[in-house]
Amino acid sequence: MLTVSDIHTYYGNIHALKGISLQVRSGEMVALIGANGAGKSTLVHTICGLIRPEKGTIMFQGAAIHGLLPESIVERGIAVVPEGRHVFSTLSVEVNLQMGGFVHRRNSSQIQEDIHWMFDIFPILRQRRLQLAGTLSGGEQQMLAISRALMSRPQLLILDEPSMGLAPLVIKEIFRIILDLKEKGKTILLIEQNARAALQIADRGYVLETGRVALEGESAMLLEHKDVQRAYLGQKGHLSTVPFAAKAQKRQRSCGG
Amino acid sequence: MGTDFLQYTITGLTVGVIYAMVAIGYNIIYNVTEIINFAQGEFVMLGGLFAAFFVGTLHLPVFLAFFAAVIATGCVGFAMERFVIRRARNAGVLSLIIITIAVSILLKGSAMLGYGKDPHCLPAFSTRGPIMIAGAVLQPQVLWIFGVSALVVIALSFFFHRSFYGKAMLACADNPIAARMVGIPVRQMVLLAFILSASIGAAAGVIITPISLMDYDRGAMLGLKGFGAAVLGGLGNFYGALLAGCVLGLAESYCAGYLSSGYKDAVALIFLLLALFFKPEGLFGSEAATLKKF
Repeated sequence: MLTVSDIHTYYGNIHALKGISLQVRSGEMVALIGANGAGKSTLVHTICGLIRPEKGTIMFQGAAIHGLLPESIVERGIAVVPEGRHVFSTLSVEVNLQMGGFVHRRNSSQIQEDIHWMFDIFPILRQRRLQLAGTLSGGEQQMLAISRALMSRPQLLILDEPSMGLAPLVIKEIFRIILDLKEKGKTILLIEQNARAALQIADRGYVLETGRVALEGESAMLLEHKDVQRAYLGQKGHLSTVPFAAKAQKRQRSCGG
Repeated sequence: MGTDFLQYTITGLTVGVIYAMVAIGYNIIYNVTEIINFAQGEFVMLGGLFAAFFVGTLHLPVFLAFFAAVIATGCVGFAMERFVIRRARNAGVLSLIIITIAVSILLKGSAMLGYGKDPHCLPAFSTRGPIMIAGAVLQPQVLWIFGVSALVVIALSFFFHRSFYGKAMLACADNPIAARMVGIPVRQMVLLAFILSASIGAAAGVIITPISLMDYDRGAMLGLKGFGAAVLGGLGNFYGALLAGCVLGLAESYCAGYLSSGYKDAVALIFLLLALFFKPEGLFGSEAATLKKF
């Protein structure tokens, strides 16, 4: 469904993605794991059209999408739940959802219908319907960000660090929701620092390190892989390795939820 | 004393709502792009001059001229975004602000070439004589100014809170990155913001021209005072701009009446300076305002 081939992206002078290739097939959930600064979010921004790649191609459902504007990419069926949630904090929950359906703006009955569907999946949002999104708790904002992305009826849902800054119990709930979406047949690309949680629910995974794909394979294989275990899953850790340091940082951050 | 006060209040509110409309124009563009559009005052000037041209030269009825002037100025706003701002879209906000100053000089120069240096007038919207209220004179045109401004405010509130595009503009203002990620075409929203601001500025220009005339040179001062109102009300704050515009107009009018009309223009600038020194977030730039910009 999504094929990224040999993508190079620059942030100013920084060569952030150095030839990344990956594939997401219809109906599967793919995890993308890696430490801070590995290029995970840059890849997300490149796929959704916020940054143009210098080199390489991105094909979605048989058509090239690199170089398209973000709105055309959403129209073609890719929706992103951005890192840090990025809800429209000064707008109500309901308006946030309406904006998620912007590409279907000419079909207001579909948008209404979808909002009710979101309220069925996330009953807490129904209670908070008229509240400003900025007043929601972190977990509620994450649910809002996910449902906002679903409002465009995407073929492919990209979740960028959905567990970031959330309390462990809330993370559990969010992952349950993601798994639920997968079981309903959604194709999902899940970007996570929380490697164990991500690999446990994903079919396949890619490990990103400093702008390159370091490893790829079935989730079960990656969970067993000793490099992954050492670097990302906190077993037999080497204090001196870079990924380990990054992981320690991640731990600190995830405690703050 | 009472009569004077009432008269000054009427005059003050009249210019006040004009400042408020200029300030709203600033806010619409600021919210979507973070640009302070210093050509905003020129839109007001163009509105007045276009209307004078449509009535004086083409002999259109004044209401038709009003809409024609608003549309014509809207087109100028469109052209400004499409052919100037969009071409410089990779420049920083500060460069874009300087570009708007250039556009304002350009518009002013073109207006001087096209309309000459003399002030132009426009007949009042209704022909009946002034109304006396407790000894104070109320021009019917003042009622038109209040009425049209109220309509503009109601229409804008409706646009921002009911229509899909209005909400999308608020979303762009709230979080431009997320707006792009959900598929809101930000460039179109910026274009819309410029057209909207230009049209609102023009409307203000047309309704004030029967009272104060209009010449090519008026834009800068109107723009500056409107900017004062926008800052005083908290940049980006819709209702703050309304209130601050009226406060500014009243202060100016009382100053002209009770002190000296020579100091009149200084009042807005003093307010602007005070706001920038002591409360740069504006009167309504409180936490509530940051949570709800419009």
